Amino acid sequence: MNAIPLEHSLLLASILFCMGLAGVLVRRNIIFILMSLEIMFNAAGLAFVAGAAHWGQPDGQVMFLLILTLAAAEVAVGLAIVLQVFRSFHTVDADAVSELQG
Amino acid sequence: MLNLLWMIPVLPLAGFLLLVLMPHGERRAALIGCGSVGIAFLLAVGIFVQSGGWAPGSMAATQTLWTWFEVEGLRPGIGFYLDGLSLTMTGIITGVGFLIHVYSAYYMHGDAGFARYFAWLNLFVSAMLVLVLADNLVLLYLGWEGVGLCSYLLIGFWYRNPENGYAARKAFVVTRVGDTSMAIGLFLLATHFGTLDIQAVQAAAARDWTGEERWLATLAALLLLGGAVGKSAQLPLQTWLPDAMAGPTPVSALIHAATMVTAGVYLIARMHGLYLLSPTALTCVAVVGAATLLLAGCTALCQRDIKRILAWSTVSQIGYMFLALGVGAWSAAIFHLMTHAFFKALLFMAAGTVIHSLHEEQDIFNMGGLRRDLPFAYFSFLAGGASLAALPLVTAGFYSKDAILLATWDVPWIGWLLWLVAMAGALITAVYIFRLIFIVFHGEKQKSGHEHAGLEMRIPLAVLGVLALVGGFIRPPLDDVFLVAEAAAHHAWIPVLASLVSILGVGIAWHFFLRHPARALAVADQYAGLGRFWGSGWGFDALYDRLFVNPFVALARASRRDLADRLLWNPVAALSRLSHELLSRTQNGQMRWYAGGIAVGCVLVVTGSVML
Amino acid sequence: MILVLLIVILLGGGIAAAVVAGRNPEHARYVSLGSVLLALAMGLGLWPGGDVLNADGAWLVGYRAAWIPQLGISLHLAMDGMSLLLVLLTLFLGVVCVLVSWREITEKVGFYHLNLLWTLAGVVGVFLAVDLFLFFVFWEVMLVPMYFLISIWGHEQREYAALKFFIFTQASSLLMLIAIVALALVHRDLHGYVTFNYFDLLEMDIPGSTGYWLMLGFFVAFAVKLPTVPAHTWLPDAHTQAPTAGSVILAGVLLKTGGYGLLRFVVPLFPEPALDFAPVAFALGVAGILYGAVLAFAQSDFKRLVAYSSVSHMGFVLLGVFAWNAAAVNGAILQMLAHGVSTSALFMIAGLLQYRLHTRDMGEMGGLWSRAPRLAALAMFFAVASLGLPGLGNFVGEFLILLGTFRVDVLTTVLAAIGLVGASIYSLYLVQRAFHGPDDDAPRIEDLDRREMTSLAMLTVAIVWLGLYPQPVIDVAMPSIRFLESIVAFRVEAGLP
Repeated sequence: MNAIPLEHSLLLASILFCMGLAGVLVRRNIIFILMSLEIMFNAAGLAFVAGAAHWGQPDGQVMFLLILTLAAAEVAVGLAIVLQVFRSFHTVDADAVSELQG
Repeated sequence: MLNLLWMIPVLPLAGFLLLVLMPHGERRAALIGCGSVGIAFLLAVGIFVQSGGWAPGSMAATQTLWTWFEVEGLRPGIGFYLDGLSLTMTGIITGVGFLIHVYSAYYMHGDAGFARYFAWLNLFVSAMLVLVLADNLVLLYLGWEGVGLCSYLLIGFWYRNPENGYAARKAFVVTRVGDTSMAIGLFLLATHFGTLDIQAVQAAAARDWTGEERWLATLAALLLLGGAVGKSAQLPLQTWLPDAMAGPTPVSALIHAATMVTAGVYLIARMHGLYLLSPTALTCVAVVGAATLLLAGCTALCQRDIKRILAWSTVSQIGYMFLALGVGAWSAAIFHLMTHAFFKALLFMAAGTVIHSLHEEQDIFNMGGLRRDLPFAYFSFLAGGASLAALPLVTAGFYSKDAILLATWDVPWIGWLLWLVAMAGALITAVYIFRLIFIVFHGEKQKSGHEHAGLEMRIPLAVLGVLALVGGFIRPPLDDVFLVAEAAAHHAWIPVLASLVSILGVGIAWHFFLRHPARALAVADQYAGLGRFWGSGWGFDALYDRLFVNPFVALARASRRDLADRLLWNPVAALSRLSHELLSRTQNGQMRWYAGGIAVGCVLVVTGSVML
Repeated sequence: MILVLLIVILLGGGIAAAVVAGRNPEHARYVSLGSVLLALAMGLGLWPGGDVLNADGAWLVGYRAAWIPQLGISLHLAMDGMSLLLVLLTLFLGVVCVLVSWREITEKVGFYHLNLLWTLAGVVGVFLAVDLFLFFVFWEVMLVPMYFLISIWGHEQREYAALKFFIFTQASSLLMLIAIVALALVHRDLHGYVTFNYFDLLEMDIPGSTGYWLMLGFFVAFAVKLPTVPAHTWLPDAHTQAPTAGSVILAGVLLKTGGYGLLRFVVPLFPEPALDFAPVAFALGVAGILYGAVLAFAQSDFKRLVAYSSVSHMGFVLLGVFAWNAAAVNGAILQMLAHGVSTSALFMIAGLLQYRLHTRDMGEMGGLWSRAPRLAALAMFFAVASLGLPGLGNFVGEFLILLGTFRVDVLTTVLAAIGLVGASIYSLYLVQRAFHGPDDDAPRIEDLDRREMTSLAMLTVAIVWLGLYPQPVIDVAMPSIRFLESIVAFRVEAGLP
């Protein structure tokens, strides 16, 4: 079996991570920000899986499972917040919600 | 009787406490005030008589009540020392002080603060007695400052008028400048000798401060002189005394005659052992005295206020005493102090009678022809004035001033100059005092007054009047105190010349102020500028205002809101507020900015750790 | 044990006062008065007899219990003559404080007395602790309740003043904390174990320039407290804004912790650095004396004037400590006691005037002599005491300090002596503006009542006693001064090559 080199999968993971980060930073819609966050999670997960495959260790897979649950929890909490934000401000624009400023 | 020595200062103090702690009516207050001082006087007389008139050879007596504090061997006690000098001073203070107390009962009658007045007066006498009886310099300093405090209280006695308060504070602060110099002198002495006992210090100084170390004696003597010129209102600290007129007139009598201003003379006489070590310091004392007596005499010539004339006259007469001290004529100085106490107290109280009779009029040019209305005051003034002018043979002042003139003539080097100044001063003295008498009691009548006929006014004046004339025959028991042989030379021509000079002075006064008042006015017009200059006390007040008072006030005003806050801490506070504002900008509530910040931070940390 | 009891009584009394105040505020006053009086009585019971004074040991009584033995921290209290005197001053003024608060404080009476007594407890602890960690704990204990006293019961600008007080003291005491910890660590490096024990640390020679820096850490904390120019600016604000009892505690007691710290810690722990530092300290002291005098004269607020006079007076203490000979140190202790009494009395008088006139501005006073003669006479008395009239307490202190300083540095003494002239200027100006002058037929104001008279009479007696017969105080303080001096002398000699 032709193994994919570690470098390739890590490169893919970092590209995905950067795309997610860019999404978080440039999108104003909170829903999209949450989706971009998911991409970042999965990029990190990909890096773990690639590492696990490379060294033949199960730890990476375990870590990925953890990230999956974490992401699920995050989405649940995040969507709940989005719902509340929408109820209070009638918008899902992240920039419009800036009550917590110094 | 000697073991009752401590009672002498304590009696007036007890009177003070009694007067302060309980309310009293006028009669009782006067009784307590006069009584306590009177008994103290009787005690002093008793001690004098019992010791056989303090005959030569009597030992000095000491009595220590308790140790004040003791640190590293320095142990000043609350202790008293009695020798001829302090006995003389005690006699003057309690005797003249008693007469002034009695007179005060007349003068202050009806004043709302009658009891308070007698309380302060008693404290004054008590502090002065502590000063002259103290056996160590720290206790002397207690009396010294106590006298200053009492002068403050009494000068500002009529406190409703802020000007009186100003005069009182001026008196205290100016004398305190001198006191501070004296305190530094005490530190110098204590550091070198480990004791401040007056006799021990002088013995130690005579032993140690010879040869190379002599400059220390000069320094110590000059520092003490600083205190003396402050209390005795000599150059350059004379400015407070004329303003001290703000108090009731008997207070002036007390300050000028029996207490306060004589303290400086006493201090130098008491410490003569130290001064003898330093001819330089002695010369300074003499020069200060000579300069002051001339300056104050000229100033007295140009005053209109009856009390100010007498005040400047005091400054001038104390100048004579300093001159005497400076030329080593210790006994003559104390002798003159005594006669001066008699005639100056007399003059002030007589002036008080005049002022009282004319309803608080003090300008001599609003008086005139009062000799019929106020015969008692007139004769008192004649006796006191004659004594002050040192009219020959019949007055006490003649004998004491004569002793000073004699001693001054014999001083080598600058003696003749000092002598000339003293002679000129004698002439001026005669002129200004008889100017006062002629203007007030002779000439045209301007206001009529009525003399109060009470005994408490007459008896003190009568007693002092007699003393002013015959007091010159009292010999203070000073022979054992000043063991140094004093100049005993006799120049018969000096008393004769001095007599002529004083008579000439009276003549001048008669010519200008009685016979041809117009000429006096003409002269005054011609030299108006000089008159103003002299009248203002040679401009010292203005000078000190400009040199010290105004800068101090300006400094205080500038730093009123605390420079340390404005220059140091407020900038610190402003800086932290500024950085707070800058940093709080970054907390803009925009979540995406925070995320970006985290990202940038991560990148920086990662690259940083990779690069290092 | 009695020392622990002393502190516990105050702490417990505070809590008890807070508890009973819920039912009747009057009870809180009696409870706190009772507990302070009890503590004072116990303190007086510790006054040493003649035989103890001649004994070699400087320490009168001590108490030690383990606290955190791993770090060498223990509950270690000890009392020598110096701390006895200062503890007695604290408790004496504590009684006065409770008395002056009687009518002035009407809100949250219970919490007020809790804070008052806890501050006193903190101060007593500071004077007694000989474990540096414990010392720091007490140092903080006295700070926080004081903050509340100012910020809750103070006058119009109370929050600003309280915060300023807190920031200045806290920032400086953090430096001290660093120095304390560093000292313990240096001890570990040299002797292998960590300790905060004062006596162990006294015997340690700190290598190199470390000592100088540690000394500075301590010095800053105490100098701010003392206070020393230029770190004095918290004081006028805090004194002016605090309620009367707060001003009394601040001026009478809290400032003394600074002087005490300098005497107890700075010089004995770091003799040589302190010796090197002495010229700077002299300059700061003289600057404080003169600057305080000038600013006191410039004020129109009665309490502010007195506050600046404190700056001036405490400058003398700084001189006395760093001149470091028996005369000067004795003088410093006497000055602290006398200043505590005389300034407290002046603050009390300011409080009484404010209670009657509702102003502290001297421009609105004047002529009070005829309107309230007893009050005016006592004010005059204490003003005169604070200008250093011989026969009253402050004179002995200042005289001994200047005498001791004269041996060390003549110029400093001369400049400091000029402060005596300044003191007479501002003190008499105070009397003039508040009590003399025209009274314009203004109505009489209520003169002193019996309780006020009692407390002022106590202070009067104390200041006269200190002025005319200070020898018992000197006798009590002397053994501890000798102890400290011998340590310093020993260590300076040992440090010489």
